[in-house]
Amino acid sequence: MTPEELDQIAESEREEQSRFTERVHVCVAAGCLSCQSQSVKDSLDQEVARRGAKDHCQIKGVGCMGLCSEGPLVSTNVASTGAGVLYKKVEAADSPAILDSLAGNPVERLICRTDVPFFQRQKKIVLENSGVIDPERVEDYIAANGYTALIKVLTEMSPREVIDEVTRSGLRGRGGAGYPTGLKWSTVSKSVGTQKYVVCNADEGDPGAFMDRSVLESDPHRVLEGMLIAGYAVGASEAYIYVRAEYPLAIKRLRNAIRQAERVGLLGSNICGTRFSFRIDLRLGAGAFVCGEETALIASVEGKRGMPRPRPPYPAMEGLFGQPTLINNVETYANIAPIIRNGGGWYAQIGTEKSKGTKVFALAGRVENTGLVEVPMGISLREMVFEIGGGIPEGRKFKAVQTGGPSGGCLPSECLDMPVDYESLAKAGSIMGSGGMIVMDESSCMVDVAKFFMDFCMTESCGKCIPCRVGTYQMHRILTAIGNMTATEQDMKVLAELCDLLKHTSLCGLGQSAPNPVVSTLKSFADEYRAHIEEHRCPAGVCGAQPAAERETA
Amino acid sequence: MHSYVAKPTAPNQDKRWKLVDATIRRQGGQARGLIETLHTVQEAFGYLDEQALRYVAMSLRVPLSRAYGVATFYHFFTLKPAGEHTCVICMGTACYIKGAPQLLDAVQRDLGIVPGETTPDKKVSLLTARCLGSCGLAPAVVYDQEVSGKVVTSAIREHLKKWTHA
Repeated sequence: MTPEELDQIAESEREEQSRFTERVHVCVAAGCLSCQSQSVKDSLDQEVARRGAKDHCQIKGVGCMGLCSEGPLVSTNVASTGAGVLYKKVEAADSPAILDSLAGNPVERLICRTDVPFFQRQKKIVLENSGVIDPERVEDYIAANGYTALIKVLTEMSPREVIDEVTRSGLRGRGGAGYPTGLKWSTVSKSVGTQKYVVCNADEGDPGAFMDRSVLESDPHRVLEGMLIAGYAVGASEAYIYVRAEYPLAIKRLRNAIRQAERVGLLGSNICGTRFSFRIDLRLGAGAFVCGEETALIASVEGKRGMPRPRPPYPAMEGLFGQPTLINNVETYANIAPIIRNGGGWYAQIGTEKSKGTKVFALAGRVENTGLVEVPMGISLREMVFEIGGGIPEGRKFKAVQTGGPSGGCLPSECLDMPVDYESLAKAGSIMGSGGMIVMDESSCMVDVAKFFMDFCMTESCGKCIPCRVGTYQMHRILTAIGNMTATEQDMKVLAELCDLLKHTSLCGLGQSAPNPVVSTLKSFADEYRAHIEEHRCPAGVCGAQPAAERETA
Repeated sequence: MHSYVAKPTAPNQDKRWKLVDATIRRQGGQARGLIETLHTVQEAFGYLDEQALRYVAMSLRVPLSRAYGVATFYHFFTLKPAGEHTCVICMGTACYIKGAPQLLDAVQRDLGIVPGETTPDKKVSLLTARCLGSCGLAPAVVYDQEVSGKVVTSAIREHLKKWTHA
């Protein structure tokens, strides 16, 4: 593969695409697939074939278009007029009507308005190709300027310059902790080892988060390109993507993408005729939340139980197989290609002073519009929930928004005007986390929510260190007692002590952050705890007396 | 001693062991391939029994205790065969606050089993998931690999009835 060959592929693909005067994109990411979008696509294919319109009307399966709650989503575009329409809740039987609409008026009853904040307030960098390109064809990615950043890096830049560019962008790790990416790359590049590794953390374990899954399903090559650039920058030649076995579609598309990249010579030996060689292999996770922690992840890639070990030495010095290892999250890698293409300065203009760029959030829970959104850092929680999210359904009242999964916290309505960035969230007692954002209304009991997360941490504790193994169990027992209205004041004291103990003495992030949901709800919703203990009642009507089974789901 | 032992032969004539052998070869017969190999076994046979664990441990030259340790550490691996049908209820945060516990309650009462168990007639296995990533469609349930979103109690009961009465 030479730069000229890449141009050629892009050219011929664009030419191929320009043949089509009418385009219909069907979302084939996991969300829409579970609403039968495959049958919609099949029926559109058949209908186009039946009409003999195959030469000018293209039916393409694309990645996530964001508004998962309204799926299956279908978008149409007519080249001559430039008119584009987005349709929601499409069924296979709607195919003829949609194809008819290309020549005339849109199908009113299916229209999904795109002039609403959900679409207008987004800024897409990581997701720019999602919903646009076919995730199963490398040519489509190349036609959308794919792999040009890699070529630029290999032909024009030294590894040092690449790291400087990433540092200039101000990009911070998107896995949750927010460690400066440029600094991490620089450390790994300076480490000495016979073989260095690049690892992509795609073990998206936070319940309520599905950003990485969407990126992998919608634009897998973007992640590969980011890893290749990282490999060049730090001097690694081997890489692993550690992906959850629970994401079969993401695994399939990644395998396919790796094969295609190898076929066109963008992965393998002497890429683009340079001395740079790079191989990427997949490793399947097997359902252990703790493997999101980098040292546990490394143990798992090595085929062992996913248990963390004390740091230092950090993986940047001694990681996979004892060698210097760079570990970044999916979204971090997905940001790299645009940073190289447009420059670090361009990226640094977006966002806030300390949190640059955009962040992808998975908006879910008691909110009108659920799905995937990418917004500039610094947007307020109120905008997220009430403008982009469209507010709370059924006229109920907002209670809290939960960020950061089991390591994060619940932010009450007083925090709504706070900007969403690493520092502000941490100050308010939560964390950015990987990007799950779950909205809760008055029907959720915060004690119950805290218990839910504690149950999660208790089950997921690997058992290596005692504070986490025993502490989460004890905290869960107390929270259960509060839920059963049998807790005492003494229990509350012990609970507060345990929060402090776990935070300061656990071995890894799982245990250290396990108290966060409790601490944050104790701080903002202390009256709910008191109501359980002193008045033996649950304000939300979730805990205690009423047997859960008698309540119907909403 | 250990390292001189020749690669063991498959426990029986079952063709599926060839898939397992292929994975072992791809991993260079090294211990680091343990999880990948167990994935292959589970994909081919549906679960990991003692015979399979022994074979994998011998082939990769790791102690049986380590193979067993890994197999029991990760939630994804199961040591028991699953029923004819599998029902997975997502208990992720979004599903939880949208009513997954009520779904689970209903199913537990209907089937008389708890998550991780299979009905005595081997028809249905009940499982819970930490998060399927289908939060936009909460609460989500997987019926035999097929994800279904915005599930209500009556719908899940209906679906299970079809399985148990079939």
